[in-house]
Amino acid sequence: MGVLKDLFKDYRFAVGFILICFLSFLAVASFFSPYDPIEWLQVPRDKAPSWSIILGTNSKGQDVFWEATFAIRNSLIIALIAGLISRVIAVLVGFIAGYKGSIYDRVLMGITDGLLVIPLFLILVLVAMLLREALTLVSTGLLLAFFGWAWDARTIRSQVLSLREREFTLTSVLSGNGTLSLVSKEYLPLTIPLIFSTLINNIAWAIGMEIVLAILGLVSLDIPTLGTTLQWAINYQAMLLGHWWWILTPVILTILLLVALYWFSISVSEYLDPRMRIQRIGAK
Amino acid sequence: MRFFRDYLVPRIIQYIVVIFCGITAVFFIPRLTGQNPVLEMIAQIQSQGSTLDPTAVESLMETLKELYGLKGTLFQQYITTWKRVFALDFGPSFFQFPTPVSELLKTYLPWTIGLFATSTLISWILGNILGGIAGYFSRKNWSKIIDALIMIIRPIPHYIFGIIVLILFAYVWQLFPVGGMMLGRRTVLNWRFIMTILRYSFLPAMTLVILGGAVWFQQMKLLVQNVKREDYVQYAQTGGVKERFIIYRYVLRNAMLPQITQLALALGQVFSGVLIVEMVFSYPGIGLLLYRGVTRGDYNLVMGITVLSILTITTAVLILDLFYPLFDPRIRHK
Repeated sequence: MGVLKDLFKDYRFAVGFILICFLSFLAVASFFSPYDPIEWLQVPRDKAPSWSIILGTNSKGQDVFWEATFAIRNSLIIALIAGLISRVIAVLVGFIAGYKGSIYDRVLMGITDGLLVIPLFLILVLVAMLLREALTLVSTGLLLAFFGWAWDARTIRSQVLSLREREFTLTSVLSGNGTLSLVSKEYLPLTIPLIFSTLINNIAWAIGMEIVLAILGLVSLDIPTLGTTLQWAINYQAMLLGHWWWILTPVILTILLLVALYWFSISVSEYLDPRMRIQRIGAK
Repeated sequence: MRFFRDYLVPRIIQYIVVIFCGITAVFFIPRLTGQNPVLEMIAQIQSQGSTLDPTAVESLMETLKELYGLKGTLFQQYITTWKRVFALDFGPSFFQFPTPVSELLKTYLPWTIGLFATSTLISWILGNILGGIAGYFSRKNWSKIIDALIMIIRPIPHYIFGIIVLILFAYVWQLFPVGGMMLGRRTVLNWRFIMTILRYSFLPAMTLVILGGAVWFQQMKLLVQNVKREDYVQYAQTGGVKERFIIYRYVLRNAMLPQITQLALALGQVFSGVLIVEMVFSYPGIGLLLYRGVTRGDYNLVMGITVLSILTITTAVLILDLFYPLFDPRIRHK
């Protein structure tokens, strides 16, 4: 409990944590939605927000609030798949390149740097364009995972590189520890804060990317996500017609979600990194 | 001469390797997805209601294969792709048939490069100077306020931030046009033309400068907070060197060097951001072209945009890297 108390002293953690709880609550609420998320014309169209329908209805005849709960849930599913799977790739590449060094390092980092320099976004679009119909929640997540690991693999590698130079590595090797046990028992715990913060950044990136893919019409537009909700609103000229509740709902939810994740990750990684903690206390 | 051998030659080899890998990836990745754009195209034509007899389908398939560079064995296709890259010839565009893709790219690319170069330069300089000063005075209240503001802006993705700017400045306060600058009219360089460009590119540029600047600001602030604790800075402070002099000559200069390397590494991502922002504001650049190409299923156009962007970005990174010794005397004298 002491840990949580310390963390809550940081306003960024408090705000981030509360917002994440609130948005997760909305995502769970989607399971109790009275409406089907895909069906059209279930409620009167284009109604402004009122007490009975808190976020109004859209031109497709759907309740904006309940659509939004589905959107948050589905966007989170995509982002989590993308984030977790790309973490596996990033950790593997980072650890092998960093620990093995020499030829492994050069080949793996060569690939990573190559991926960083070319505008990956365009290749992502190219692939999405060919898959188009097949892009559901899971496959969109996998596609994003495949393109989202390069930067983080580099960060993890440099951390491992510096760990390898520390004395305990030598002690461990001389004591007869195998590579696997050294890496999993000594290095992994020390890199967890870094892996965690790259995970959150990657989740944020995936949510942003999903929105762009949806705007381009490359994901299945029937499934409500933050991106597809926005796409429909723009497609139906919600801005021009003054249906602000329709277009602002996904926009504001995305901002809340990403700011919450970002603040949460910054405060947690600062907490886990003692040097940063000292600096913060010192700065006060 | 050692500069050439140790720095220039390896760097240029790397440049060639990256381009080679990039184009190779563009060639293989679509083929790995197992989708056939030719069959898709034919299905699209047939679904629009026109019935084709088998021989017509056959000849259409041949033509499409030729256009997409899908003729012959995999190796022959690969060679064809390279020939096309060198000739910068990507076949005709489908949504503006029969205009060649290269023609479209030639019209739109200068606009993207203009926006990309100005916004990246401004955001880099502004973000670094502000971040440096805020990092040096990190205990002052105004520094903390700017930092909190940046903390909100930083995680917002380009598309969403662009939409907010668009709603605020083009719909709520109608200060700027919603977008849709027309291209292709005669471009006479006069006062009115310049004003038109400024009016239409202000909002996209502002979006990019704020979002990009936020990243540089945070990185620079962290760097400067560390440099500030270096011995030579403390020594200068104790020695009574003027504060302005310390900030600009000692701290900022030293902290900016890693930021140049960072810029080179991040250029690809920055470019992606430019394309996305162009879509929001219907700015007549590669991003808008990409949007049209993707929504209309114009495979050739998207292919051309991707290849051209790879060439542009890798070249930009190379130029930046080659200029690096100018900024860092340590490399020059080695």
